[in-house]
Amino acid sequence: MKDTADKTAFDVNHWLRQDQMPHFLCPGCGHGIALRALVWALHDLGIDKDKLAVVSGIGCSGRLSAYIDANTFHTTHGRPLTYATGLKLARPDLHVVVISGDGDALAIGGNHLIHACRRNLDITCLMLNNEIYGMTGGQVSPTTSEGRYTSTTPAGNTEPNFDACALATAAGAGFVGREVTMQVLALRDLIRQAVAHQGFSFVEVLSDCTEIYGRKNDLGASPEMMLAKKSAMRPFAYRNTVDVPFRANHLKTGVIARNERPEYGAAYRAMTAALRDGGAE
Amino acid sequence: MTATRRNLEGNEACALGAIRAGCRFFAGYPITPSSEVAEVMARELPKVGGTFIQMEDEIASMGAVIGASMGGVKAMTATSGPGFSLKQENLGYACGSEIPCVVVNVMRGGPSTGMPTRPAQGDIMQTRWGTHGDHAIIVLAPASVSEAYSETIRAVELSETLRVPVVVLLDEVIGHLTETVDLAAVPEAPEVWRKFAQGPADAFEPYAVTEDLVPPMAYPGDGYRAHCTGLTHAPGGFPTQVPAVAAAAVQRTTDKLTLHRDRIESWRVQDVDDADLLICAIGISARAARQAVRDLRAEGVKVGLFRPVTLWPFPEDALRALVAKSGTQTVLVPEMNQGQLALEVERVLAGQARVQGLFKIDGQAITPDEIAEAAKEALA
Repeated sequence: MKDTADKTAFDVNHWLRQDQMPHFLCPGCGHGIALRALVWALHDLGIDKDKLAVVSGIGCSGRLSAYIDANTFHTTHGRPLTYATGLKLARPDLHVVVISGDGDALAIGGNHLIHACRRNLDITCLMLNNEIYGMTGGQVSPTTSEGRYTSTTPAGNTEPNFDACALATAAGAGFVGREVTMQVLALRDLIRQAVAHQGFSFVEVLSDCTEIYGRKNDLGASPEMMLAKKSAMRPFAYRNTVDVPFRANHLKTGVIARNERPEYGAAYRAMTAALRDGGAE
Repeated sequence: MTATRRNLEGNEACALGAIRAGCRFFAGYPITPSSEVAEVMARELPKVGGTFIQMEDEIASMGAVIGASMGGVKAMTATSGPGFSLKQENLGYACGSEIPCVVVNVMRGGPSTGMPTRPAQGDIMQTRWGTHGDHAIIVLAPASVSEAYSETIRAVELSETLRVPVVVLLDEVIGHLTETVDLAAVPEAPEVWRKFAQGPADAFEPYAVTEDLVPPMAYPGDGYRAHCTGLTHAPGGFPTQVPAVAAAAVQRTTDKLTLHRDRIESWRVQDVDDADLLICAIGISARAARQAVRDLRAEGVKVGLFRPVTLWPFPEDALRALVAKSGTQTVLVPEMNQGQLALEVERVLAGQARVQGLFKIDGQAITPDEIAEAAKEALA
């Protein structure tokens, strides 16, 4: 896809299903900002919403697909990448965006995520990381920070957490990035680059669960949580590329990795076309 | 041999039948004894412009099949035992959201890893009730390679036109049996498709209650921009918890199959009119029963065979009518499990006749002699 900015005015209502409003997100939840950044980026790219398919899993993030005025599929827990894989292979003409969460993409769907990264089909996966299972009442997730309180870590989390971007990079994703919700323009730009990328792209959005995670850990209201996250992050461009230890990698934002290699769908179709034309048998 | 007559394995016949019916997407995962379905699809689909993908697991292959079907392409997967168990989650999504798809399940010994290369028929109930919650599903049970071919074609057609997942249920013997199949025995016919959405987009409801109870389906890109969810949904496609709307949504998927029962149900009979004893069996057990009926008839013993080709919904009226007409007092059910089909036959007959089981769980197919012996004992 040609990465050219659409110069017409962005109207968020053009992209959202008005009859599904008001949305169900809690006050202060970061997911709404991610949703806005996503459709803003799609607008920037001039994408036709008739040709847009949004596939989501289960959890708070999973409910976002219903709000987007496109071809939307709210699938099963952890499996949206599998549905998206079938959809994109069957219909390469569609833009396929997956909205997932930290539990959805890294716990129950972790296997699908690493294989989607490896396969490099042209899908964009937005993982909204709020460090908790919000929908089910606030249980520990694979990204919950050590020491944090959740309903299943009543004495504080003792498990180490995932660096999702490092995982996606190691598994071969073509484009990997991370951004906080407070930097909405940077997030919009990051998603725009991800969707424009030919191949599998993974964007981790550091979102905030104010109502459960914030309350349980006394992190303040939404502005405090967003600001704390923004302050903790180091934009990728300014990092010390040599000395940053692995454990600090999860503090980087921006484009984390690019891995230009053949897009799987195009490669498969080239192979099958050669079989049909060349009569390989 | 003419070009239309070919020696095929049951698994191979499923793959070729699906392609003949227009299936152009297959996602699978290796598992004995169904892997040949995937292997044939990997080889044949590219030749017709289709797509094959081996996914990272059984769950993913079911998800990919549903995704492809949502995209408007006919899609199938194949699996066995443990793989079929893993597929139940997404199979339930396809049931609830009415996504056409075909799942070939080649039964092997169980539970768990069981006896992967040995035949069994232990998935009869799982095909019907494997996924959680009330749901409607069609299961077809071929008993020959020719039927594996023709019933897979029918599976694609039923799945498309009724918007329902269809399971083609083989046992290991039928899956690996080689027989001559006349591909031309299935007459050439126009390709069958689901009803696609038509008319103005703003009036479109993805789960509209139509006269035939089969809602038209949106084709992504056609401007309908529909929503599809595994949550219980209203006709508009969005989640609902309004009691009457939720109940109606689940009820319609069941009523849909009841309404179209005549098209769905299929069965075969042999020597039933004057039968003192009726045998009811599927798959390779039915093949053995067919021989047992011949042998017993040669000895003057009046037995007959009722073979459901459509296993679910079970052709219950047909069986009841048959038993009433012949006046048979005993129905013998030979099957390679501890009595799953027999349970359904008991339910259907509800005392109309005595149901006698012949159950085998040792990884060996039931022989004609075993069935003949059981029939004589039951008649004694």
